[in-house]
Amino acid sequence: MRYLLLIYGDEKVHASVPPAEMETVFAEYGRFTAELGASGRMLGGEPLTPTSTATSVRVRSGKTLVTDGPFAETKEQLGGFYMIEASDLDEAVKWAAKIPGARFGTIEVRPIWEIHKKGVTEAGRS
Amino acid sequence: MPEVREAIEAVFRREHGIIAAALVRAAGGDFDAAEDALSEAFELALVKWPEDGIPENPAAWLTTAARRRAIDRARRSKVLDRKLDSLREGLDPAGTDPEFPEQDGRLEDDRLRLIFTCCHPAIDMEARVALTLRTLGGLATSEVARAFLVPEPTLAQRLVRVKQKIRDAGIPYRIPPRELLPERLEGVLAVIYLIFNEGYSASAGDSHVRAELSSESIRLGEVLATLMPEEPEVLGLLALMLLHDARREARVGPSGELVLLEEQDRSRWDRAKIARGTTLLDRALALGEAPQGPYVVQAAIAALHDAASRPEETDWEEIAALYEALGQQVPSPVVALNHAVAVAMARGPRAGLERLALLEADGRLERYHLFHAARADLFRREGRSREAAAAYRAALALVENAAERRFLERRLEEMEATP
Repeated sequence: MRYLLLIYGDEKVHASVPPAEMETVFAEYGRFTAELGASGRMLGGEPLTPTSTATSVRVRSGKTLVTDGPFAETKEQLGGFYMIEASDLDEAVKWAAKIPGARFGTIEVRPIWEIHKKGVTEAGRS
Repeated sequence: MPEVREAIEAVFRREHGIIAAALVRAAGGDFDAAEDALSEAFELALVKWPEDGIPENPAAWLTTAARRRAIDRARRSKVLDRKLDSLREGLDPAGTDPEFPEQDGRLEDDRLRLIFTCCHPAIDMEARVALTLRTLGGLATSEVARAFLVPEPTLAQRLVRVKQKIRDAGIPYRIPPRELLPERLEGVLAVIYLIFNEGYSASAGDSHVRAELSSESIRLGEVLATLMPEEPEVLGLLALMLLHDARREARVGPSGELVLLEEQDRSRWDRAKIARGTTLLDRALALGEAPQGPYVVQAAIAALHDAASRPEETDWEEIAALYEALGQQVPSPVVALNHAVAVAMARGPRAGLERLALLEADGRLERYHLFHAARADLFRREGRSREAAAAYRAALALVENAAERRFLERRLEEMEATP
């Protein structure tokens, strides 16, 4: 199965982290990404710029409405993601727990809805 | 023939967990397919058994019949061959006679798999409990709904959602690997103990269904103890439930009121359950290492109460020490409250009141009626009736259970009558 691991954290806290500490966390992410890549389970993953750069788009009655800011104001914001291949939720959770951000924020594990190849996922599970 | 139907229902209920476990595995973790097949097999039994008699091994008959239904269904809906293969495994392809020799080891693994899947931490606690009772316990959706005082459609919805989550989130249908076992086991034990407490606390709801919940949780505890005989906490939980359940008859008075431990007629305690619980506890203690786990410690406390033939013979010093040990593992104000009460019983109400004063400052038990009831009781024992009455009133403002309310009111009247 494919899973999206969404990395949530408090941007205000991130902004106040001293640069040296930030370096350490970046290095940890580097090591984690290398480990995930070497395992052959990584399908993708990127960090995101802060929500201060976010733009929300809605189309209503055919009109495109563009507003500044993220979709929802929450305590923790989406800061990056990994897409992985895992045999089940336990494996996905194992990888999620290794993401450095899991220690400060929350990793949301979401299965990809395999609309186009439903049969394949069912086989993968049996 | 109502008596045949009753017999079939009894078998169905008793064997539900075993059959469901085998079927869910065979259906590749598909709970719905397993459940549908099982109810079709049940319908078939209702037709066949009155004619042919109840088969020698009813569980095997139902399992085989259900598997054949599942295969038919899978064929009709053209699901993958792999799923069909796993359903067919072990079935005689030409056989029409639904007699199926299950391998014992496999059956046990199936049941463990089912328990661990139903109690997976990614499933919401309420849903875990409902799914466990429904699938392993074989309780009807309406019965589970009644036990937890939720409308049946709500519970049915909850079950649908949880089965969807198991399927779509990829929750594995398996016994967790060794490195995950301790934390997963904790989750399983928590579900079983919660079911037991729901049945035991008699806070509300149908008393018949509640008694059913307690015996169901003990049955699940027995299954788990058979499957994992070397796990001290598994044995500890079963011992704990048995040692409490032994007092079931004595803790409710003739008009349904709650009878406190020290006022119970101890001759009505179930000696066989106490003996069994004590044996299990001894085995758990021998298997485990210090510090013992929370279920073992709580079972030890219950065993000390059960061992006293009169309230005055209770070893309160030892119980206080055990609560202290428990508090170090499970830091909770409720455990601290129990510790304070045990200290009061061992060394006098003043020592207990000192500890309760610390808890009062902490503030977390302010809305907990038993905290105020305990304070009231210690004031009463100290002869401080005015303070006792005030604390009883505080407890009465918070209590929900009718039996407990009547008890507190009685005590309050006594205090008000005392100058």
